[in-house]
Amino acid sequence: MRICIPAKGPDAGDFVDERFGRAPYYLIHDTDTGKTESYKNPAAEAMGGVGPRAAQFLLDHTVNVLVTARVGGNALGALKAGGIIILLYDEAGSTVRDAIAAYSRGGLREQ
Amino acid sequence: MIRLAVVSGKGGTGKTVVTGAIARICTRPRVMVDCDVDAANLELLLKPRILERKDFYGMEAACIDPARCTACGICGDACRFDAIRMNGGTYTVETGRCEGCRVCRLVCPAEAVSMQPRVCGEIFYSETPYGNLVHARLAPGAANSGLLVMEIKKLALSRNGDCDLMLIDGPPGIGCPLISTITGTDHVLVVAEPSVSGLHDLGRVVQVSRSLRTQVSVVINKYDLNLRMSGVIREYCREQDLVYRGEIPYDEAVMEAVRMARPVTDYDVPASEAITTIWDDISHELW
Amino acid sequence: MKISVASGKGGTGKSLVAANLAWSLSGSEQVTLVDCDVEEPNLHLFFPEDQPSVSTVTMQVPGVDQDRCTLCGECAGFCAFGALVVAKDQVLFFPEHCHSCGGCAIACPAGAITELPRPIGTITGRMISPSLHLVTGTLNEGEVLAVKVIRAAKETAGTGGWVIFDASPGTSCPVVETLQGSDFCILVTESTPFGLHDLALAYDVTSQMGIPSGVIINRSDGKDEAAHRFCDEKGIPVLAVIPFDRKIAEIQGSGDLISRRDPSWKERFCAIGRACRSLVEGA
Repeated sequence: MRICIPAKGPDAGDFVDERFGRAPYYLIHDTDTGKTESYKNPAAEAMGGVGPRAAQFLLDHTVNVLVTARVGGNALGALKAGGIIILLYDEAGSTVRDAIAAYSRGGLREQ
Repeated sequence: MIRLAVVSGKGGTGKTVVTGAIARICTRPRVMVDCDVDAANLELLLKPRILERKDFYGMEAACIDPARCTACGICGDACRFDAIRMNGGTYTVETGRCEGCRVCRLVCPAEAVSMQPRVCGEIFYSETPYGNLVHARLAPGAANSGLLVMEIKKLALSRNGDCDLMLIDGPPGIGCPLISTITGTDHVLVVAEPSVSGLHDLGRVVQVSRSLRTQVSVVINKYDLNLRMSGVIREYCREQDLVYRGEIPYDEAVMEAVRMARPVTDYDVPASEAITTIWDDISHELW
Repeated sequence: MKISVASGKGGTGKSLVAANLAWSLSGSEQVTLVDCDVEEPNLHLFFPEDQPSVSTVTMQVPGVDQDRCTLCGECAGFCAFGALVVAKDQVLFFPEHCHSCGGCAIACPAGAITELPRPIGTITGRMISPSLHLVTGTLNEGEVLAVKVIRAAKETAGTGGWVIFDASPGTSCPVVETLQGSDFCILVTESTPFGLHDLALAYDVTSQMGIPSGVIINRSDGKDEAAHRFCDEKGIPVLAVIPFDRKIAEIQGSGDLISRRDPSWKERFCAIGRACRSLVEGA
C-alpha cells in the first residue's frame, strides 16, 4: 500500500501539515518496501485549482491512501473518483512518522 | 492563533474603522492584514513604518518572440481574451488582457510563444504601534486578487506565528478575494449598514461565511441613521440564528479620527465605547 | 452618451448617483441604467418592479466524450487553472476554475472534448417607465467570470440615448470591463482620507484608459479641501458636492431616491448630466 502524508518538510521527522492542497511536501510511504519517498508538492504554489492539482499528483504517483486532517470540496471529489481512501488524522504537533504509526495501528476514520 | 476577519458584503459600512479600532484596544499580541487589495486603507489608521516591499507575481503572461513569429495569425484567432494584436508586421500580446491560458503557445506553429513571469502587484510588510501590518496593492485591471490575499495572509502567519490574533480587514463583495479572506479564519465579524442594500448584502456574505464553516457575528454600524432598518437587521439575525454583537452609533468623531490618521478608540467617544463593549464580548468568547 | 459611475472605495454612493442620475434624466430623455456590479447588484432595490425579462449568460466549458477519451491526461496537463483531473477511469471537471480558454479541446489528441454552454449568471431587464430601462447583470454565487456577465449586460443595454453604467467598487478587471467604451466617468468619493486615497487609485485607471472624468464628493461634512486640492492639481472638474444629511441617508437607505422625493434634487442631477455632456462634447 502507498500512503501519502502531507508534510511541512521533506523528512519523516518533519511535522504533518494539516492542509492537504497547500502542504509544501508529500511523503509517500510504501508499506510493502518499507521505504518513504519525498516530493515537493507542485500544487502548493499554483495560481489556482490547488485541490484538483494536488489530487492529480497523488493519482499520478499511484497513492492508495491519504492520511490527513481534512480534505475539501474539489480535491475530495477527485480523490474519491480516483479510488483513493482518505483516513482522518488530526493530532497537533505530530510528525510524518507518528502519522504512519497511527495508520499501522489501524482505527483511523474514513472521510 | 485566532484568525478574525472583519467583512461586510456591501462596501463602505465601516470595516476599516472597526478593524483599526480593535487593533488599538486589543491587549494581546496581534498581526494585522489588510485583505482589501484593491483599495487598502487600514494603513491610513495605523501609522505603519514599511520594513519591506515585495513584488507579487500573478499568472504568467504570454510573450511572442518577434524573431520567430511568422505573422500567421493563428494565435490571434485562438485567443479568447482579445489579448493578441497585430503590431507592425508581427503579433504581440497585450499583457494586461492576457489570462495566462497558454492556448497561443499550444497553437503556434513556429514555437514563438513563451510564458513569462508577470508582476501584478506589490506587498508591503510594516511595523505599527499595535503590531505588524501586511498589506498589498494590486495593479489596476489585474486579476488574481484571491491569490494575493492568500500570499499576504501566509506572509503574516510565517513571521508572526506567536501572536494570539490575526486581525484581518476584509474586502467588500463576495467574490474571490472575500472567499480567500474568509478561508481558514476562525471567526467572521460582519459590519452591517442599516439600509435595504446593507441587509441584502449582509445575507450574501453570511451565506458565503457559512459555506466556509466559520463562526459569524454581526454588528450594525451607524445604526441610528435608520432605526427601522436596524430593527429589520436585528430581526434577520434572530431568524437566521446569527450572533448579534451590538450596534455602533453614527459619530462625527469617527471622521475626525480618520482625518487625524488615528483609530477612533484613541478617543473617548460614543463610537469607541460601543466598539469596546463589542470587542470585550467577542474576545471573551474567542479566548 | 455613455457614462460610467465608479469609485476606488466601496460605499461612497455610486448607486445613489447612478440611480438618481438615471431617474432624473428619464424625465425628459431615453435612459438605460445598467447595473454592472454583478456580484452584488442593488439598483433594482430602488425600483421595485414586477415581471422582469430574464436571460441566461453562459460560458463555454469542456464536455468529455467518455467513449473517445483515452485517459491520456493531456487535457489536465495543459489546463493552466487546474480545472481538469484525469483519474483511473474518468476525467473530472471543476467548473469554478475554468476560464473558458478552449485549450483543452485543442490539446486533446483524440478529439474527445467539445464545448458546451454552462450558465454562470443572468441578465434581467425591467421597464421602470417608458423612458427608463433597467438592465441588471447578476453573477451566480460561486462563479468567478464577472467580466462575461458585464459584457452581456452592456450588450443588452445597447447604445441609444443615455446609458449609465454602475460599476463595482475598486479598480479590478470587472471595473475596467465596465468602463471600457464609456464617453465619461463620474468618480464618486467621500471627503475623508479613505475616499481621497482611493479616488487617486480610481483616477489612475480612468486616465490610463483615456476616459475623461469628473468627481462627485458625497456625504460631505464641509471639510473637503484635500479632495478639491487633488482635483485642482489633476484638472478634474468637481461636478457636485452632496452634503452629509441624515435625511438623505434615511431616504436612500429605505430604497427611495432623493430625486424622486424632491424636484430640486431632480434638477440638480439633470444639471450634472448636462455638465457631463458638455465636457464630452466640448473636449
